[in-house]
Amino acid sequence: MDPRPQPRLELRAIRKAYPAVVANDGIDLDVLPGEIHALLGENGAGKSTLMKIVYGVVQPDSGELLWEGAPVRMASPAHARELGIGMVFQHFSLFETLTVAQNVALALPGKPSLDDVARRIEAIAQRYGMPVDPRAHVHSLSIGERQRVEILRCLLQDLKLLIMDEPTSVLTPQAATALFATLRQLAADGCSILYISHKLDEIKALCHRATVLRAGRVTGACDPRQESTAAMARMMIGRDLPTCQHASSSGEGEPRLEACGLSLARSEPFGTDLRDVSFTLRAGEILGIAGISGNGQQELLAALSGERTLADDAAIRLCGRPCGRAGAAARRRAGLCFVPEERLGRAAIPSMSLADNALLTAHREGMVVNGLLRSQVIDAFTRRCIDAFDVRCGGPAAEAKSLSGGNLQKFIMGREILQRPKVLIAAQPTWGVDVGSSVFIRQALIDLRNAGTAVLVVSEELEELFEICDRLVVIAKGRLSPVRAAAETNVEEIGTWMSGLWPDAADVAEPRDRVAGHAH
Amino acid sequence: MDAITPVVIATLGAGTPLIYAALGELVTEKAGVLNLGVEGMMLVGAIVAFILVLTTGSTTVGVAGAAVAGALMALLFAFVTLTLQANQVAAGLALAIFGTGASAFIGKGYIGVALERATPAGFTLPIDIPLVGPLLQALHPLVYLSWLVFAGVSWFLARSRVGLALRAVGESPGSAHAVGYPVIRIRYLATLFGGAMAGIGGAYLSVVYAPLWLEGMVAGRGWIALALVVFATWRPARVMLGAYLFGGITIIQFFAQGAGVGVASQFMSMLPYLATIVVLILISRDATRMRLNAPVSLGKPFHPSS
Amino acid sequence: MWPNRGIAWQVMRISLEPRVAPSRAMRWASPLVAVALTMLLGVVLFAALGKDPLAGLHAFFIAPIDSVNGVAELLIKASPLTIIAIGLAVGFRGNVWNIGAEGQLVVGAIAAGWVALQPALAESALTLPAMIVAGALGGMAWAAIPAWLRTRFNANEILVSLMLTYVAQLLLNYLVFGPWRDPQGFNAPQSPLFPEAAMLPILIEGTRLNASVLLTLTAVAVGWVFLSRSFPGYQTRVSGLSGAAARYAGFSERRTVWVGMLAGGAAAGLAGVGEAAGTLGQLLPSLSPGYGFIAIIVAFVGRLHPVGILFAGLLMSLLYLGGDSAQISMGLPAAAAALFQGALLFFLLGTDVLVNYRVRVRRSATTASAQGAA
Repeated sequence: MDPRPQPRLELRAIRKAYPAVVANDGIDLDVLPGEIHALLGENGAGKSTLMKIVYGVVQPDSGELLWEGAPVRMASPAHARELGIGMVFQHFSLFETLTVAQNVALALPGKPSLDDVARRIEAIAQRYGMPVDPRAHVHSLSIGERQRVEILRCLLQDLKLLIMDEPTSVLTPQAATALFATLRQLAADGCSILYISHKLDEIKALCHRATVLRAGRVTGACDPRQESTAAMARMMIGRDLPTCQHASSSGEGEPRLEACGLSLARSEPFGTDLRDVSFTLRAGEILGIAGISGNGQQELLAALSGERTLADDAAIRLCGRPCGRAGAAARRRAGLCFVPEERLGRAAIPSMSLADNALLTAHREGMVVNGLLRSQVIDAFTRRCIDAFDVRCGGPAAEAKSLSGGNLQKFIMGREILQRPKVLIAAQPTWGVDVGSSVFIRQALIDLRNAGTAVLVVSEELEELFEICDRLVVIAKGRLSPVRAAAETNVEEIGTWMSGLWPDAADVAEPRDRVAGHAH
Repeated sequence: MDAITPVVIATLGAGTPLIYAALGELVTEKAGVLNLGVEGMMLVGAIVAFILVLTTGSTTVGVAGAAVAGALMALLFAFVTLTLQANQVAAGLALAIFGTGASAFIGKGYIGVALERATPAGFTLPIDIPLVGPLLQALHPLVYLSWLVFAGVSWFLARSRVGLALRAVGESPGSAHAVGYPVIRIRYLATLFGGAMAGIGGAYLSVVYAPLWLEGMVAGRGWIALALVVFATWRPARVMLGAYLFGGITIIQFFAQGAGVGVASQFMSMLPYLATIVVLILISRDATRMRLNAPVSLGKPFHPSS
Repeated sequence: MWPNRGIAWQVMRISLEPRVAPSRAMRWASPLVAVALTMLLGVVLFAALGKDPLAGLHAFFIAPIDSVNGVAELLIKASPLTIIAIGLAVGFRGNVWNIGAEGQLVVGAIAAGWVALQPALAESALTLPAMIVAGALGGMAWAAIPAWLRTRFNANEILVSLMLTYVAQLLLNYLVFGPWRDPQGFNAPQSPLFPEAAMLPILIEGTRLNASVLLTLTAVAVGWVFLSRSFPGYQTRVSGLSGAAARYAGFSERRTVWVGMLAGGAAAGLAGVGEAAGTLGQLLPSLSPGYGFIAIIVAFVGRLHPVGILFAGLLMSLLYLGGDSAQISMGLPAAAAALFQGALLFFLLGTDVLVNYRVRVRRSATTASAQGAA
């Protein structure tokens, strides 16, 4: 065997504790030049904290970093970048009101002229097959294009290590394939890549080595090209991947939630307009809406939940009744419950207790009499929710922000389900949730459907949608694709549709897309 | 002198303190910091400048001292909000009240003392242009300086790299931190600049405009400056326009009284405040446009390690 | 300023670590620490002015309340501060920033004064109740303007309510200099004295303590029930903590704005009645020594909680009296009171960091890497 080359990056016994949790506990890791190294672990395993330490965003409590053999204190992201480390965040760190060239220039040392930066962007973009217009404003770009800008911004420096945090979570399967080609070319040019993910398939397809984290510790290292996904899953969660019990749909229930030609202009400057959205959600089924984030999901959910009302009352029907003009409170009274994507700050108030958070939407469960609060009723409901949905917490008085993502999501899901909704809408129900809680939540949604509730799930995770949904539909650029039975479609077809290319869309795309100006 | 020149001179004079305060606050807000304490910083600047001019006889020393005093007030605010993470709205209100009390405390012995009327810059043009010539002669150097500050702030925000970084910090401090910018330091500097400008605006009032010291003599101009920044949708050129518009409204009352208009003086004095409200209504109606122009992170705290 | 030069700054000597849960002890300790720091500032200030610090503290904090009359004066000044602060707290809890209470107080007093000066009501038992209602309605009407402009045009209520304060003061000046000027007042800017029927009854003979404190105590109770025990109060709190959560739950933002503004306006209007019909008995240009502004400090120092506000109101009232007492006995400027009042809020905002963060002091920039190498 060859003598081991000098690792580009070495971590020794890295430890980082937060007040509530030890995020990293004695992590060792090394990355070789030109290697694509996977950091594998489920949500909450400590991957992101570790990468923030490498990139200088967060300082470790103890442990050592070696860069090309020499100990180094990564004082700040600026320092990391000087050394040749770039990072592409899961939530991008771009400035929407600035142009691509300005965004890139902001990250470069010295004072290059914007024209010069633009020229360099175009040259690198061409070399790695990532076309992007340097003069475009970031807010006008699609999510995939923004990710390209993030990568280009790293590449414009002398890049030796690229950290990518869950990069494919915002891409269609096809775009992910293109990204992999770029990453392989980068690695072939000698750049090391640290690739963070919890998706086993893509790690098998892309990475040379993998380090597995669980609960802040390294639980294994392997060559993912040799290892089976089941074996990697065991390293990741400590047992076999659990699955949901899923009986097929009981047939045609009555329509519970209908959208008929729903159109709505964006409310945020950089939002998406909804155009002519129509679907029917029936009792006893789970309808899944797939799509890349930023294609109108936020606007559709706000319109369906009543957080934004419509001019046309008939555009939305709830249990057969027009309710487009009804607000969120009226729709809740009519039997609609909603679990939004943002848990802290929308579905729950971080600094309030679980009991107070139960009151937020469940106040119709006898918690208010003559305008005054009944604390026993609130407390009893909260306890019931905690018990029934296996919420690990310090009791009804615990603050919402003290719960882990998975436990808080189970609490919110429980609060909505215990109100016996006729329609439940759930957005990204398992985003950022650990595997055990994810399975619990998916099973809860399936059980709810079996009990006759109409369930609408909006998710970016195709695996999840295929696991629990009876029927699927895709949202792209504010419009909905045709509906398919989950059993009669596949990841490839839905993936293609996610870029807005579905059969009957092509025919009508010309006249309609004039507004958006981004027709493919 | 003709009939129009005094009106123009008075308008420019009345608008100048607003220009300083509003341009300073604009830079502060562009970095994502909402400092509601402009009124307090102006008052402290006003009394410090007044005392310094009275004792040293130098307007330059007075103005420089006011800038330092305003910046020190802003430093207090910055420490509480940026380092200690306090609520910016509450801290701004505290600064406004504290500045009112502190200026009254410092200025107790100076009420009713008058300074000599400040001498104008006396710029003379090589050729004699009607209106402009006498106008330029009559203006105080601080008016010219305000134009320089305007040019500087405009260039800084639109063209300079540091200005770009400042806007980036105001839009998304998290991203700016990730890209490697010292968010807290940039916010500190922007806040201090705002304080220094407010101090100069106050100095102009007590040293040039009045020129004397009265408790609470800023009379809401600090708050009007805050409204001006909103009115200008965070654009320097519109701050100038708005400031002179308000300057014009402020002086209407004097000319109206001179002309013997039969309305009680109190109602004329209400005009600048009522105009501020009207302007706020007109500019705020379009919520989307407001959101497009307002610095996204305005007023939100940022903690680098969270 | 540029990335490659920003390294040293990243290491702050003082670093803040978020606590797992906010410290309950600190929540109550921090106002006390702030008071202690304010007193410390007083000591430093007195010493700097060449006065005996202990005598200064005595003049400020003890001398004003060493007699029944002193305590009565304390309550008289605490009453408007407390009632206004409770009204404002309802708004502040919901992120509705009414800072125009001073103007609402003035308009409340004008409305009550108008009732008092009606010749037809001079002897009526209904005069006082009518004045109280008119005062509350006047304050509410003045607060309704920013509320309406905010809900209808999205206009910033901070700036609108403050501008209206100046307008209200000018309106009062116009009235007492003009149409309402006392014909027997030797041309002084003041209204005629109110008739006996228009005066709030005195509670303790020989002092000026009047029934306005009963209104304030009622407001403390009502405020507590509303904020802590009622569903609308809960909705207000949710709106203040997270607008997105309030929209998600279907709570009306407009209602929060209206409730918050009107509560502040009514409370300030009642305080105006208390001043006009309690201590003064007429309308004067200097109706209020800034109660509407100082009440903002009272609201925060009282943690936006009615009971806390009651204590904060007493404390702030003591600072007012202390300012007067120190002026008389030590020749200190009366403005020292305002200085301390502002400083107290600053100290409180500063010490509040301890509720949510733990302060850790690092000795130098290299400590972390030294630990790392060990």
